[in-house]
Amino acid sequence: MGEMEELRKEADNLKDQITEARKVVQDTTLQEAVAGTTLVGRVQLKTRKTLRGHLAKIYAMHWGTDTNCSKLCVSASQDGKLIVWDTLTTNKVNAIPLKSSWVMTCAYAPSGNMVACGGLDNMCSIYNLKGKDGNVKVMRELAAHTGYLSCCRFLNDSEIITSSGDCTCILWDIETGTEKTIFAGHLGDCMSLAVSPDFKMFISGACDFTAKLWDIREATCRQTFSGHESDINAIGFFPNGNAVITGSDDATCKLYDLRADQELITYQDSGIMCGVTSLAASLSGRLLLAGYDDFNVNIWDMLKAERVGVLAGHDNRVSCIGVSSDGMACCTGSWDSFLKIWN
Amino acid sequence: MEEGSRDQGQQCVGTTDPEEDSPNTIIYRKIEDVIMRLQDEKAGGVAIRTVKSFLSKIPSVVSGADIVQWLMKNLSIEDSAEAIHLGSLIAALGYLFPISDHVLTLKDDGTLYRFQAPYFWPSNCWEPENTDYAIYLCKRTMQNKARLELADYEAENLARLQRAFARKWEFIFMQAEAQVKIDRKKDKAERKILDSQERAFWDVHRPVPGCVNTTEMDIRKCQREKNPQKVKKSVYGVTDDTQTQSSVHQSLPSQPSRKPTREDVQKEISFLNMQLDRHCMKMSKVADSLMSYTEQFMVYDPLASTVEPSNPWISDDMTFWDLEASRDPSQHRVKKWGFSLEEALKDPAGRDAFLKFLESEFSSENLRFWLAVQDLKRRPLENVAARAQEIWQEFLAEGAPSSINLDSHSYELTSHNLKDPGRYSYEDAQEHIFKLMKSDSYARFLRSNIYQDLLLARKKLLSKMENKASPVILCTRMISTTADQSIIFS
Repeated sequence: MGEMEELRKEADNLKDQITEARKVVQDTTLQEAVAGTTLVGRVQLKTRKTLRGHLAKIYAMHWGTDTNCSKLCVSASQDGKLIVWDTLTTNKVNAIPLKSSWVMTCAYAPSGNMVACGGLDNMCSIYNLKGKDGNVKVMRELAAHTGYLSCCRFLNDSEIITSSGDCTCILWDIETGTEKTIFAGHLGDCMSLAVSPDFKMFISGACDFTAKLWDIREATCRQTFSGHESDINAIGFFPNGNAVITGSDDATCKLYDLRADQELITYQDSGIMCGVTSLAASLSGRLLLAGYDDFNVNIWDMLKAERVGVLAGHDNRVSCIGVSSDGMACCTGSWDSFLKIWN
Repeated sequence: MEEGSRDQGQQCVGTTDPEEDSPNTIIYRKIEDVIMRLQDEKAGGVAIRTVKSFLSKIPSVVSGADIVQWLMKNLSIEDSAEAIHLGSLIAALGYLFPISDHVLTLKDDGTLYRFQAPYFWPSNCWEPENTDYAIYLCKRTMQNKARLELADYEAENLARLQRAFARKWEFIFMQAEAQVKIDRKKDKAERKILDSQERAFWDVHRPVPGCVNTTEMDIRKCQREKNPQKVKKSVYGVTDDTQTQSSVHQSLPSQPSRKPTREDVQKEISFLNMQLDRHCMKMSKVADSLMSYTEQFMVYDPLASTVEPSNPWISDDMTFWDLEASRDPSQHRVKKWGFSLEEALKDPAGRDAFLKFLESEFSSENLRFWLAVQDLKRRPLENVAARAQEIWQEFLAEGAPSSINLDSHSYELTSHNLKDPGRYSYEDAQEHIFKLMKSDSYARFLRSNIYQDLLLARKKLLSKMENKASPVILCTRMISTTADQSIIFS
């Protein structure tokens, strides 16, 4: 098959050229550039609230963003419940029973009107929180994935993006309940996704050890970032939307820049052996909070790549983490069935 | 042996077969590296010795303090609490254990620990059945030794298992007897060690109530186990055809990987070409942009700096949020509008101020168009088409009352989109208008009185001064008002 060989050679040649192009712009490294910056002082956050109510492992949580619900968050647990919490009073605003208890993800719509969840049922279920009679009901069941639903994020009340164990991500139209766009390209289960601050792009992390940047309207993959040595479990945008942060089973987090098209820095420590399960950036982007399998959250100075704090309070794996939209508080969820609010 | 990054293809300590890799393989290998080094006395490992206790000897033990010290020194861990945390993790996974406790944690004192036998390492993919556990508990009751007495929770477990396996208890009893016979043949000291290692194995797989079960796996990773149909091996070599299979973990086959076709490679080539065409920004520029962004926003980051007036989570005082939501913005908040147009438009008060400024310049149509399009994207589907037409009529049609300036290409594209109007019909136009505002009006806005007054809190200062009016101050006030007002003063 001479043609296949030639094509592969062409692909390899292009890959080499791209590596060269990336090297050319490396007039410095992030580490050198920040040499003059002082390390952020030791960050000591305390647990301000503990949210009790789930009876089994918590797999996911997500903060509300709208000003009316900026202190609200939703959590999903293997006890088959979605709970919407008022994190200030610790009251449960809604406790939604699910058809399938094998839930792996949940999301809060930016408007505050809906929540979504999904898991081993391969579906994304949308719940209307503002129903006329006050009851929370299933509004839509988005079914098309052939693998488990690992993550979902609303763009607005009529569009949602999901990632799945079937290696694809899908943009759905909630009103019609149909798939608008299928984003295929990953060679392993998609574990996590995050939407850019301007809502025009999203990134996905997968078990093929790469992260991909997708253009939502053009329906194409813009860039691929590699470097991790194992599954990418968590992914997020740097607050200005120009860089991507990933967390992996290889016990490291990495920062990739979109415009330089390459990795800027790795967050690792010889004393950390467990995989990263979740991550969130603080409002300014200076701090990176990452949850690990060893029950702790490590806080990193994102520029200097040094640890500046630890949140130790959970008795089992930290499975999810999120920073509220005003940057005031960090929420962690764990397999120990509790959520904690820190600042 | 190097710890940390590993090549996926290499094998470390001998026992695991890459084909049977469990999702936790990476961490097991890292810890096994550490354990091997820990036990290697010649290469700087801890001293494993026999300790004399009352009338007997305790073979092959090491103190918790020694382990903590070794971890701190050899893994460059500065904080002992961190070393204890890591050591406890290693214990909880089953690689070392306290000889006199079922709870697997590491203590930084004279508590004695022993290393687990490689046979029992978690990397061997153990998923021991309840039949094995029953055999184990049963044989413990057969041996008349104080140290083998069952703990309360173990006695309860045994009772439950006896009920569950009532019909095949004879079989289990016989297996237990056989195990006791085998054990008796071993050397006394060796048995002490093996008994403790066996107990530690069960402490991992049947933990004390209240302790974390570290063998639990993330169900998303379970799905990908390469050999989901594998027969579980028995600790005691028991082949039992009534062995249960956990239904959840074995239902789905793993994704078959297919060979890339010619089309796949061609797609890859066009993707790579696109990547190559893209302009890469210099690292120095990227670094600068990241540093300046974090620097600008650090004072607004409650997790990195203290916020005024107080952190509501700590003080239970809502003033901070009230200030943020008010239409009368603080100087601190107004300063943010100067960082970028995006920041200004994020804040409702910022939108108001910018709109007011543009109205004073008779050029508010751009912002009003931008806001109208943002609103369009949030409308329910049934209203979208009508609203899109309204926007066209207001801003883009010939003779439109609030005519905006689009280049011909964008105009054509938008006009085309409106044949089948949708939420995103104006995306291109909106981007153009945004860029226009950013490069033109925004800069002037920041220099304008409307913005500067808010930034320097001039109006507030003025009203404060008015309350303390005196002739001298009155003059000062008149001089400091806006430049185009002449000073009436004689």
